[in-house]
Formats: sequence, C-alpha cells, structure tokens
Amino acid sequence: MIYLNAFIVAGLICVIGQLLVDIFKLTPGHITSWFVVLGAILDSFDLYDNLIRFAGAGALVPITSFGHSLLHGALAKAEEVGFIGIGMGMFSLTASGITATIIFAFLVAIIFKPRG
Amino acid sequence: MKKDYSGTINKNTAKPSYFRNCLVAFIVGGTIGVFGQGLSDLYIYLFNMARNDANSLMLVTIILLTALATGFGVFDSFGQFSGAGAFVPITGFANSMTSAALEGRSEGVTLGIGASMFKLAGSVIVFGVVSAYILGAIRFLFFQS
Repeated sequence: MIYLNAFIVAGLICVIGQLLVDIFKLTPGHITSWFVVLGAILDSFDLYDNLIRFAGAGALVPITSFGHSLLHGALAKAEEVGFIGIGMGMFSLTASGITATIIFAFLVAIIFKPRG
Repeated sequence: MKKDYSGTINKNTAKPSYFRNCLVAFIVGGTIGVFGQGLSDLYIYLFNMARNDANSLMLVTIILLTALATGFGVFDSFGQFSGAGAFVPITGFANSMTSAALEGRSEGVTLGIGASMFKLAGSVIVFGVVSAYILGAIRFLFFQS
C-alpha cells in the first residue's frame, strides 16, 4: 500500500510545482526554493513526519523533504546542547545527500564533456 | 505600438496544455517516488539496514543516477518532457549542480567547476537554511516541551 501512497504523494507534489510553472510562470529555481521553505514550515508543525509515515519515499524524494531534514536535524541537536545546536545540527541529516551531490557532480564534470 | 505588440504576442504564444503537463508531472514524479521506495526496501532486504540509513542510501543512489544521466546528456530531454516531474524531486537538485559544474568546466577546475557548481542549487540551500534556522529558533525558544 505504501507504494500507491508514494506514487500519489510524490505525483501530487510535482503537479503543484507544474501548476506554479504553467499558471504563474515561475522558474524551477523559484519553485524548488519555496518548496524547501514549505517543507521546513510543515516540519515545524510536525506535519511532514506524518506525511513520511504515510508515503515513505514519496515524501522523501521531493525537494520539500530537504527543508524538513534541515529543521529536523537542527531541532534534534538543539534538544541535546541548547540553542547553539540549531547551527550544529542543521546539516546533520542532509549531509550525505549534499556530499554525494558535490562528489558526483565534480566527478561527472571532470570526466564528461558538456553537450548541447 | 507597444500594446499592439504584447497583444500580438499573447495571441500567438501557444497556451500551455495544463492537463497534459500535470498528468506527465504526476506520472513521472510518482514513478520516482515509487522507485525510491522500492530501492529503500531493497536495501533493507539486502543489507539489513535501518530504515533511515536505507533512505539516505536511496537518495544517494538517485543522485548518482541523475548525475550520470546529466553527464551522458540524456537528462535534458527527460527534463524537457516531464517538467516539474523531473525538477521537484531530488533529481532536479542533482541535475542543477551537475549541469552547472559541467558548464563551468571550460573555465577551469577551480573557477569553473568549483565556483559555479552551486550557481543554481545555491538558492535552495540558502532558503532552506535561513527558513530552518528561523523556524528552529522560534520553536526552540517558545515551544520547547
């Protein structure tokens, strides 16, 4: 059942993005930036965790989960060490994704030639 | 004259096909979500991982596939075809960094690849960190349970 939920949730988030492109003529850069903010807002009300429990990867794959993970890591560390933990824990959950993207983007840019 | 011009432009630009675009975005985005869920379950089954670790590895796998697809030049047409279905998932983030790095290649490794990698993806990280910091501070200071 989680596969169906994953399909519907990931699909609907993309449809919202597509409508913003078509109706308000926003660029992908605007939409992804605001979706990250939206994910952080949803997480600050603990709503995004429910969405992940409901849809699994369907809620983790869209860029909204980036904002959720940033805030989640920050709050987890802040509970341990106090206010300074917000900065210390900010990237704790997203570190593997950002590291992977930097490494792979670097290697691909070294190995491949740009096309088009 | 100016009014005429924008009137003519509006009359002659093709109206986006809302239904077709949304359907494609729904199917492509949904498929990426299902693919991620399948990978995550596969990693749990194969490597006996915790769910959170499997999810991290699943995202890394999708990032790797996107970077390779960008390098081979096939991601562009896929992105053109699927619109938001391709740029809203993590594939869009990985593609923007890889393509910015590829484009910068001609300017050298340091000032090209190194400096321009975050040209497009930077705003996502900046907006994410600023909003998460503000929301985190509010929640920590006022709603600490």
